[in-house]
Amino acid sequence: MYKQYDVIVVGAGHAGCEAAHAAATMGSSVLLITMNMHTIAQMSCNPAMGGVAKGQIVREIDALGGMSGIISDKSMIQFRMLNRSKGPAMWSPRCQSDRMKFAEEWRYALEQNLNVDFWQEMVSELLVENNKVIGVKTQLGIEIKAKAVVLTNGTFLNGLIHIGEKNFGGGRTAEGKATGITEQLVRLGFEAGRMKTGTPPRVDGRSLDYSKMEEQKGDESPNKFSYLDTKPLSEQRSCWITYTNQAVHDELKTGFDKSPMFSGRIKGLGPRYCPSVEDKINRFADKDRHQIFVEPEGWNTVEVYVNGFSTSLPEDVQYNALRKIPGFENVKMFRPGYAIEYDYFPPTQLKSTLETKLVENLFFAGQINGTTGYEEAACQGLMAGINAHQKSENKADFTLNRSEAYIGVLIDDLINKGTEEPYRMFTSRAEYRTLLRQDNADIRLTQKGFEIGLASEERVKNVNTKIEQSKFLTEELKIKKVKPDEVNNILESLGTSTLREGTSLLNLLKRPNIGIEELKTLTPEVEELIRNYSTEILEQVEINVKYESYIEKEQLMVEKVSRLENLLIPESFDYSKLTTISIEGRQKLAKIKPATIGQASRISGVSASDVSVLMVYMGR
Amino acid sequence: MNQDTICALATPQGIGAIAVIRVSGPDTIQIVNKIFRGKNLEKQASHTIHFGTIRDKIGQPDEVVIDEVLVSLFRAPTSYTKEDSVEISCHASDYIIRKIIKILLREGARLAHPGEFTQRAFLNGQLDLAQAEAVADLIASDSEASHQTAINQVRGGFSKQIAQLREALIHFASMIELELDFGEEDVEFADRDDLRQLIDRIQKVLVPLIESFEMGNVIKNGVPTVIVGKPNAGKSTLLNRLLNEEKAIVSDIAGTTRDVIEDELFIEGIRFRLIDTAGLRKTADTIEAIGVERTLQQIEKASMILYLFDASEIEMSQMKEQETEFMASGTPYLLIGNKLDKISIEKKAEFEQNFAGILWISALEDLNIQDLKAELTRKVKTREVKSGDTVVTNLRHYQHLLQTHEALNNVLEGLDHSITGDFLAQDIRFALHHLGEITGQITTDDLLANIFSKFCIGK
Repeated sequence: MYKQYDVIVVGAGHAGCEAAHAAATMGSSVLLITMNMHTIAQMSCNPAMGGVAKGQIVREIDALGGMSGIISDKSMIQFRMLNRSKGPAMWSPRCQSDRMKFAEEWRYALEQNLNVDFWQEMVSELLVENNKVIGVKTQLGIEIKAKAVVLTNGTFLNGLIHIGEKNFGGGRTAEGKATGITEQLVRLGFEAGRMKTGTPPRVDGRSLDYSKMEEQKGDESPNKFSYLDTKPLSEQRSCWITYTNQAVHDELKTGFDKSPMFSGRIKGLGPRYCPSVEDKINRFADKDRHQIFVEPEGWNTVEVYVNGFSTSLPEDVQYNALRKIPGFENVKMFRPGYAIEYDYFPPTQLKSTLETKLVENLFFAGQINGTTGYEEAACQGLMAGINAHQKSENKADFTLNRSEAYIGVLIDDLINKGTEEPYRMFTSRAEYRTLLRQDNADIRLTQKGFEIGLASEERVKNVNTKIEQSKFLTEELKIKKVKPDEVNNILESLGTSTLREGTSLLNLLKRPNIGIEELKTLTPEVEELIRNYSTEILEQVEINVKYESYIEKEQLMVEKVSRLENLLIPESFDYSKLTTISIEGRQKLAKIKPATIGQASRISGVSASDVSVLMVYMGR
Repeated sequence: MNQDTICALATPQGIGAIAVIRVSGPDTIQIVNKIFRGKNLEKQASHTIHFGTIRDKIGQPDEVVIDEVLVSLFRAPTSYTKEDSVEISCHASDYIIRKIIKILLREGARLAHPGEFTQRAFLNGQLDLAQAEAVADLIASDSEASHQTAINQVRGGFSKQIAQLREALIHFASMIELELDFGEEDVEFADRDDLRQLIDRIQKVLVPLIESFEMGNVIKNGVPTVIVGKPNAGKSTLLNRLLNEEKAIVSDIAGTTRDVIEDELFIEGIRFRLIDTAGLRKTADTIEAIGVERTLQQIEKASMILYLFDASEIEMSQMKEQETEFMASGTPYLLIGNKLDKISIEKKAEFEQNFAGILWISALEDLNIQDLKAELTRKVKTREVKSGDTVVTNLRHYQHLLQTHEALNNVLEGLDHSITGDFLAQDIRFALHHLGEITGQITTDDLLANIFSKFCIGK
């Protein structure tokens, strides 16, 4: 009944779907196993994709040939480019999603791929021989063989849901937990830990008074995620902003004695940057209000997500507190918020391909690695799926470095530093932020995605056209000069200094007050020149011209630091000899076995002086 | 990994009363004990000194005494290298030194590589990078002031100051980063004016450090001081007077000094590199013309000019011209009227009316030479360097401080032009990177750790 698969993916969330899609598209026969076919690609938390740093990741996934961008485009109900007022490296696409449509589109996309088979059941065991995974065993006792296995278990491994003093096993509300895998992996020598996350109540949108809230609309001319020709939205739904107040806080405090977080019933560590509302009022007692972001869950539902109100207090306390929020006076609650604890495996046990060091051909992606966020999970799934395929075909590892992609930053952080709390991506984690922009992910990555057989030829054609046209336009702007008498009037009206002699359009574009739009107004000739290019090309050229010096500075830094990346450390290097390095440093180095001095320098617990010592011993 | 024991002569080779041989490594005490007659060193406490003799072939019929020595004992980890170490103070005879080292090598020590003691100190965590570099400076230092600076740096004053700066800057950076990553969320951050004040504060610490490099360099490399004057104004005589030795060729014939002569003079621990020059006379003599050319070059390179004149000979207008040139060069200068004993009071008064700050001396008769020396050190010291201040002497440190300074200036300029936080952050990161190059670390973790420890972030 079951053939031998190339790749088995366990779990069908953001990570699992990307993994299955990538491996299958590259040519592997893939079996996607999920506990419930109805919940493929569920958005367990808020109905939104992207955001600061996360939006860049979605663009990177798309550039490599992953699906998250396309699915987001097809299911979004609102689009905003965040941080427009800041530099282009900060521009971050974000959309509100139709939760049900998102799941439907993902399942449909996977069903369209003939290399993907599905199976609904819980995987309870891995088949391991000689430290090599050869398949999985399900709850029914079925053994299915595969060359590689990708685990994307999300919050399901021994998931424990808390609402007030009640708790019950489950991976999401109304869904069971998964057991067996953690215990087996620990027996195999893996280190496991516990993490915690939470989610807010969902409420009835018909019971809210939006007149008491601030409206937040989507962008006037909305963009989208994918570099392919998906369609931007023509109609959008708004989100709403309101705030908690002292009365809300007082109400919440009445439940503190029953809080699983404060009572110590929750052992796992939660994310500091996405705290529960009780945590917020507890830790920041001086703040008299906190923002609440009211998000619609889709086109065809009245359900609403109360972002900023994540809580595991008793459901009656949640309800009473919600009713004190302006606009929520008559709220009807659909589902209470809850906290969930789950198993993860410290990601320092992984190679840069996301394959485990202990068991060959076994890959981990998503929350099992201690991350949080759809985008973080999806990009790991993509990389694990790609590498599972490569491994099963005896092909080269596929990795990205820190100067190439946020994905590279994320995986490098995970495997070298590990994480004590759910890891979320920030732009500040990337030292080469100016290079890792949402507008150039295709230029950075599409060719690479094509070379491994994931990104389509169409994508490569698109990006090559983009590169060529940008170059061409830049050249034209360099050559094309304007004279003072032609443009001085307009320059003056734009609030920028006038010309004394002719200058190129390129030079004018470097001025702070002059963008491509302003250039167009200079002369009809210029307007005609620029009119022929798409918005995307114009944006690309404008960014590269305007921010040239910043981009160059960062590129220099990359080159400088890459020297450390080129100092190889032999795999057999015996760190125990280095008595001069701190014991912690030695242990970490021996455990992680960095390939280069550069990587060694990023391992947490390895100090700069440890690295200097290492360099002295390596004869530098 | 330092399983072997190393030894080397720690004092300079050459003539001296006492020489010190240093031994460091796990077998140090055992090895030295084998060749030492006196107390049993293996039973002695750390930081003790023992008198005894170093002997060859101990216990054998032909046992011989090599030297009477003092042995200073340091036990790990409270020694310079953090290893067991011994310093043997012996008499500084080439034969004795060589013999002792030879016996040490025979007993299992090996000869240390240059700088290996310091390298061990560094590898064993005794010194950080900046401190290790200062040790190198300390070893090379050959004047009192230079020594003092290096000592201060070894004690960690400089590293500490940089670490403090870096912390302040990380705070700054985290506020900006917070704004970038959570701009759309419910967060609070400090306003731009606070940020500007913070940078100003940092710059106020940074600038003196950078300026101290110039001074630090003076301390390390000496103050190049050029002696200028018309031929026969007495330059070579003055030089000889200051140095108390006949270095320059002195004669009464104008233009005797045809080459640039350089020597060193220590006054109050400051090293002056005195450079005598050929005169500034227009000449047809080729050899002397080359000398004049060199003089001009020396003036350009000098940190201080001593202009020597003979009031009975020089035209006031010519001297004015000369002074204007010095002023233009920006190099501090001192006007010295030589042959004080031969100048009338009226002449002196006439010169003092036209020129400020003339110092009258007689090089030949040794008049007011002490005043001149005092004035020389005053000139150096008034450039705002007090002893005990942190002084940057290492070129690498200086360059990183300079880069930090520049990056922070870019931030300030950015604030002036209200550029967005991501670009401010880039320059702040550069600044942090360069400070980290001095103290040894920079990771984005620092930023995040700071963000989360100080600010409320909600969703």
